[in-house]
Amino acid sequence: MSEAKTAAPKGSLNWKSWIQQGLAVGTLVLLFIFFSIMNPNFMQWSNISGILLATAGIGIMALGTTFVIATGGIDLSIGTGSTLAAVMTGVFAVNMGLPAWLGVLLGIASGALMGFINGFNVAFLRIPPFIATLAMMMVAQGLGLVLSGVAPIYFTEISWFSGIALGELIPGLPNGVLIMFVLAILAWVVLSRTKFGRIDLAIGSNEEATRLSGISTKRWTVLIYSVAGVFTAIAGIVMASRLSSAQPQMGVGLELQAIAAVIIGGTSLMGGRASIIGTVIGALIMSVLINGLRIMGVQSEWQFVASGVVIAIAVWFDSLRNRGSST
Amino acid sequence: MTKPLLELTGISKSFPGVKALQGVEFTLNRGEVLVLVGENGAGKSTLMKILSGIYQRDEGTILVDGEQVEIPGPSAAQALGISIIHQEMNLMPDLTVAQNIFIGREPSVAGIIREGALNKQASELLTSLGINISAKTRVGDLTVAGQQMVEIAKALSYDSRVLIMDEPTSALTDNEVETLFELIESLREKGTGIVYISHRMEELKRLADRVVVLRDGEYIGQLDRDQIDVPTIIEMMVGRQINSEQRPEAKDFSQAETVLKVTGLSTKALLRDVGFELKKGEILGFAGLMGAGRTETARAVIGADSRTSGEIEVHGKRVRISQPADAVRSGIGYLSEDRKGVGLLLDQNVWQNTALASLNEFSVAGMMNDAKAKQVAESYVKDLRTKTPSVNQPVKLLSGGNQQKVVLAKWLVRDTDILIVDEPTRGIDVGAKEEIYRLLERLASEGKSIIVISSELPELLRIADRIVVMASGRITGELTNEDASQNRIMDYATKIAEEGELTL
Repeated sequence: MSEAKTAAPKGSLNWKSWIQQGLAVGTLVLLFIFFSIMNPNFMQWSNISGILLATAGIGIMALGTTFVIATGGIDLSIGTGSTLAAVMTGVFAVNMGLPAWLGVLLGIASGALMGFINGFNVAFLRIPPFIATLAMMMVAQGLGLVLSGVAPIYFTEISWFSGIALGELIPGLPNGVLIMFVLAILAWVVLSRTKFGRIDLAIGSNEEATRLSGISTKRWTVLIYSVAGVFTAIAGIVMASRLSSAQPQMGVGLELQAIAAVIIGGTSLMGGRASIIGTVIGALIMSVLINGLRIMGVQSEWQFVASGVVIAIAVWFDSLRNRGSST
Repeated sequence: MTKPLLELTGISKSFPGVKALQGVEFTLNRGEVLVLVGENGAGKSTLMKILSGIYQRDEGTILVDGEQVEIPGPSAAQALGISIIHQEMNLMPDLTVAQNIFIGREPSVAGIIREGALNKQASELLTSLGINISAKTRVGDLTVAGQQMVEIAKALSYDSRVLIMDEPTSALTDNEVETLFELIESLREKGTGIVYISHRMEELKRLADRVVVLRDGEYIGQLDRDQIDVPTIIEMMVGRQINSEQRPEAKDFSQAETVLKVTGLSTKALLRDVGFELKKGEILGFAGLMGAGRTETARAVIGADSRTSGEIEVHGKRVRISQPADAVRSGIGYLSEDRKGVGLLLDQNVWQNTALASLNEFSVAGMMNDAKAKQVAESYVKDLRTKTPSVNQPVKLLSGGNQQKVVLAKWLVRDTDILIVDEPTRGIDVGAKEEIYRLLERLASEGKSIIVISSELPELLRIADRIVVMASGRITGELTNEDASQNRIMDYATKIAEEGELTL
């Protein structure tokens, strides 16, 4: 009977997602081994914590965008969006002289607003996510340049600002890294244990089925993009803190690294399946690769080539897996 | 006597843990339509995949024109003149008909395609088949039936002598089905042998020269044209007798509460002034031809599509419904006709699907209580007798009937007073249909009010207390089950359709 047939593939679905996770972890471990053989300095804690800190920016961005990709969407505005949020923080806290904590909050709020506009355009105006967020990416880049006057805004006056990323609440571990890990745990709980996460994945599995089940998918979509916007803004502020300044060009191109991290981690570009742990590992792979190559003295041009190859391989694995599990 | 076109004997095929086919045999002659029937999972598709070279048989012989052949791959099948038309279309919508038919085989000079010659070649082919479609039409601009014709033309362009069609009418309207049948009949006259897979009984009566029945991978038997009798075939398919003449007992709903009242419902595209009432505990049937507006009515009522006018009252109170979430809040659940497309999250499992409409019930302050959701899903699996290894099974691995039970469970958990069930047994085995009917009847007797939309008149006569008939976006008639008959329903269903307002 048909039951006999259906029993067999049960384990294989989990099996496949474990392979993907295993591959990501394995790749990370291999990269570590490879780079520490090539250069003994690589394994020093100062270098490792440097890598972790460099990961914080794209890692936090990637966490937020995991929720968007899980719906089958995409968010290209996270790179320049993070810059704009940092610039806004600078405008409020430095140029306008508001209390610094308020500036940070308003910076985060501006990220949420960007996400809200993205979500509104996608859900209500039915603009494809790729286009809607591409437009936001350009708008954010332009506004970042305009508002900063095409010059860095320095936070040197605000004594604690650099502590956001560089301070060490846990000795030896920069706060920026701590923030990334705390947000990762939070995102993991949200994705796997909350109604928000359930609806996020449901929309990615089948938006119309979700809508017909009485869920206001449009409003949730707006919320999901807004949440991603908050993560983007936090990423921008952490990066600005690390540099003690909001650099009007600092986020350019980071969106692609963050999206690559999400895909490497096993979140499906088609939506419906996502992994927060995978995203963190994916982000680490991206920055270990770049840092390792830099330590080996490889020119930055070639670092791009290597990242591109890794992304292509990761997406290839994703498509292999989709082919395997589709009915 | 000429040798038969195709002769299969003792075909067996196993997959790990499953015997998919065992000792299957049939013979196909020139100019014959052989209809292959069987429930889902009976082995029809496996058999066809063996014939088209996708699978290899474990045992048995295949003779083509009396000679034993091997079919190691799809190109070998093509060389033997065996073509298969799959359920899902394999055409490129942005190319023209001619470009699709001769893809990869275009007449060309030095790599430059000669469009004129290509179109001429295609036109000749289409004309010879009596297909009235221009070779230069973009395939995406054709109706589904038109596309199917193109598929057939493409298959025959390979000089096919055996044409295998896998449920070709599942996506066609009644008019389109007729066109397809005419083409099949003309092919039969030209000597093509056709294997036609279906589980629609009307088609079988119309087309079949012979019927072969499979059940659980085994060859059950065959009937010649003059022996064809629907109850016998169904009995062969399911292995037991099914009473298809049963009707619900007459109930009096005049005193019952009106739970749903729709008045003056219109949409931009189709619906005109649709109004009806649904009583507590009643099963109200919606009949009509394809495109009459039954599904559109349901979707407009629940706010899935926008409407230009119309009022909806639930339990005597007017409600504002502008999206499905509003309908659910008012106590209306909709089970779509397209169960796989928009009814389920196929990759997610039984309990996740069961909980989908009731996430608030299973969460506190946004945090999900999965244990509770699983427990509730388990109780519904038991109650509805859903056949699944566990509630953790992805629903895409369940059979159609069991998937439908999962969708039903989703709405029972949500506990909406009103259920709108669109084509509840589409794609569901004959045996499992009866189980769905009993389930709907039980729910109605427990106080749910149910609207059933169906294209199968026997189905409506089997379960509906009252039947509303639609045509061209209007309600054209209403019958109690006692007064209803297939003929009377068809009278109403074709009422306005003849005025030519209906565009397909």
